[in-house]
Amino acid sequence: MKALLAILLTSMLVENFVLAKFLAICSFLGVSKKLDSAFGMSCAVIFVMLMATAATWPIYRFILDPRGLGYLQTIVFILVIAALVQFVEMFLKKYVPPLYSALGIYLPLITTNCAVLGVVVLNITKTYGFAESMVNSLGAGLGYMLAMVLFCGVRSKVDNADMPECFRGIPITLAAASIMSVSFMGFSGLVTGLFG
Amino acid sequence: MNPVILAILVVASIGLVCGVILAAASKVMSVPVDERFGPVRECLPGANCGACGFAGCDAYAQALLDDPEVKPNRCVPGGAEAAKKIAAVLGVESGDVVPMMAHVRCNGTCDNTQKRFTFNGEQTCKAVRMFCGGNGTCAFGCLGCGDCASVCPQDAICIENGIAHVDPRRCIGCALCSKACPNHIIEMIPKSSKVTVDCSNKDKGPVAMKVCKASCIGCMKCQKNCPTGAITVKDFVASIDQSLCSGCGVCADGCPKHCITKH
Repeated sequence: MKALLAILLTSMLVENFVLAKFLAICSFLGVSKKLDSAFGMSCAVIFVMLMATAATWPIYRFILDPRGLGYLQTIVFILVIAALVQFVEMFLKKYVPPLYSALGIYLPLITTNCAVLGVVVLNITKTYGFAESMVNSLGAGLGYMLAMVLFCGVRSKVDNADMPECFRGIPITLAAASIMSVSFMGFSGLVTGLFG
Repeated sequence: MNPVILAILVVASIGLVCGVILAAASKVMSVPVDERFGPVRECLPGANCGACGFAGCDAYAQALLDDPEVKPNRCVPGGAEAAKKIAAVLGVESGDVVPMMAHVRCNGTCDNTQKRFTFNGEQTCKAVRMFCGGNGTCAFGCLGCGDCASVCPQDAICIENGIAHVDPRRCIGCALCSKACPNHIIEMIPKSSKVTVDCSNKDKGPVAMKVCKASCIGCMKCQKNCPTGAITVKDFVASIDQSLCSGCGVCADGCPKHCITKH
């Protein structure tokens, strides 16, 4: 239990996917303008990450690994994740239309989202078991949500600030993201400190 | 088994399983689409210009179906014809469409005004304006780099003698140029407009006179002369309310700076 909690905190705070590993920057900058779409996108990412882990871990463990086909993991994972995202899109369109229209073009973007592929590949490289993999994915997804929601707040402040014209828009957004990334470096050592 | 064949088989079978699941899901989770969507969308020109106030032609078509308050006469490029067709599909009144066109409120040609410096950076109006508020002596006029021309879907705008010109025959009234102009000097007026003001300078008379030969100096003569009260001078520049203008041209004849034109 303690080990799982350590994994959760590590992937959520210390090795935050967006701010420490610099994955999923595209959607991080693209969708963080409005709080509700940032939240919706994060929920979709968490959902897809968990589903992707649940689908890819057994495929690796029971199909690829025993036959020595571990080198196929990237292509197989991409295939599975792409199909999954398509499925999620159809699911949302049918059952949660408001979320579907809020996410708009960003939902298909999760297909090629490096964070989703990153987390499933990382689960394999770190030789996690199934439960550990799921916890790691949940932590990564929660970390993404944390970064998105926090950054959404930062952005709304930045947008209202009086700014030299040449800094407006993307330049100041990137600067703010880098400062936030630096602040997340403060979490390093947290897990070793807590769980020794 | 040969490892190459095994690898191909594994990837192919995983792909097949995913494909079957998706195919099944698309059947189970299909969302019924309003069958009128296709015909309504057909009536729209597909320029995706946004003049109707929606994100694109698809969004406007969807809004027409969903919300009876949305009138079919909002498509400017499609004009009355599109409105009539949509009204026929939906079975509602079409309403009038006023064909609009873009008009550049500046006559600061190379003969009338001068440049303060040569700008060697990126040749867009936006970039020029960001650098010390533009390189013209007049801070309000056309920057002449053609940001408007580059967004125009109909190639209706060309840069002549340092300022933008709109070809009224080609202009579809989408207002993209008006949004692109960093100095906001492109106004949308009805195509039937007979008299226009060709200056946006908000400086006081003497200053305006110094920076450009064709500037409005806010002398109020046109406002006094206008028989229908269509002209108001605000911030030392005249503007015409096209809905009141009768097109008599008294203002244009009386303008000492010839910055009001009768077409």
